[in-house]
Amino acid sequence: MTTPTIVPNFASEDTGRKLAIICSKGNLDMAYPGLILGNAALGEGVETHLFFTFWGFDMIIKSRMNDLQFSPAGNTAMHLPGTNAHIPQAIMPAPGMTAMATHMLKKQLDDLKIPTVPDFLEQIVAAGGHLWACRLSADMNNVSESDLRDDVEGIISASDFIEMTEGAQLLFI
Amino acid sequence: MPTIEIAGKQVTVNDEGFLTVYDEWSEDIAKVLAAQVDIELTPRHWEVIHFLREDFKKEGESSTSRHTQTVGGFPIKEQFVLFPKKPAKKMSYIAGLPKPKGCV
Repeated sequence: MTTPTIVPNFASEDTGRKLAIICSKGNLDMAYPGLILGNAALGEGVETHLFFTFWGFDMIIKSRMNDLQFSPAGNTAMHLPGTNAHIPQAIMPAPGMTAMATHMLKKQLDDLKIPTVPDFLEQIVAAGGHLWACRLSADMNNVSESDLRDDVEGIISASDFIEMTEGAQLLFI
Repeated sequence: MPTIEIAGKQVTVNDEGFLTVYDEWSEDIAKVLAAQVDIELTPRHWEVIHFLREDFKKEGESSTSRHTQTVGGFPIKEQFVLFPKKPAKKMSYIAGLPKPKGCV
């Protein structure tokens, strides 16, 4: 006795689902949530737009995107490796702390085969994702299109972004 | 787990229809699975499928899109052309493997 054929529901018909992710942070650790979720959405056939604004601009500025940093200062969720003990905040601003924490985080990500920020963005674009830069942030940073990754589709205003993401689900990171 | 008949053979699948026993898969079964999700297999599809089967044997888990690119050499862009919309899931399904667990 066999059951009738079971075929996974890959929703081949267009569901029209759309996701917009606003990336507003330039810290290495805060660059990843948007990249991971955007990439996952694309892998599920969801139309995905990433909008970079304020500090998030460092993710798409060619001269900065390889050098995002992670600071443990102000992050009370930092623990001594393998324990639940908190690392005292007082030592966080010590010289070399940011460099060391950045190095450790990059190594952890690399061990898990997570791509670097630029590689991740390249993958997102290859998967059909769209990258947009914020007009106000570009003006504030004195940055023009030539300073940005070539796959950024344009520098657009906040209202352009709202218009183009009509009906989208939205994430602010 | 349900047992269903594909290409004249009894195979065990999970609730979604993914094969659960590595050795119950065959190329004939892959052809039927592909047709069920509207994919016609070309020689390039077969290259991906054979990579996935081999890789699973080595790694013990299904390859993600990223892994299929970096290790298998099949660019993400091409994966989306060959297996539209949901490449990682469709590839695993046709190759008779579980859905990939990895986030990236």
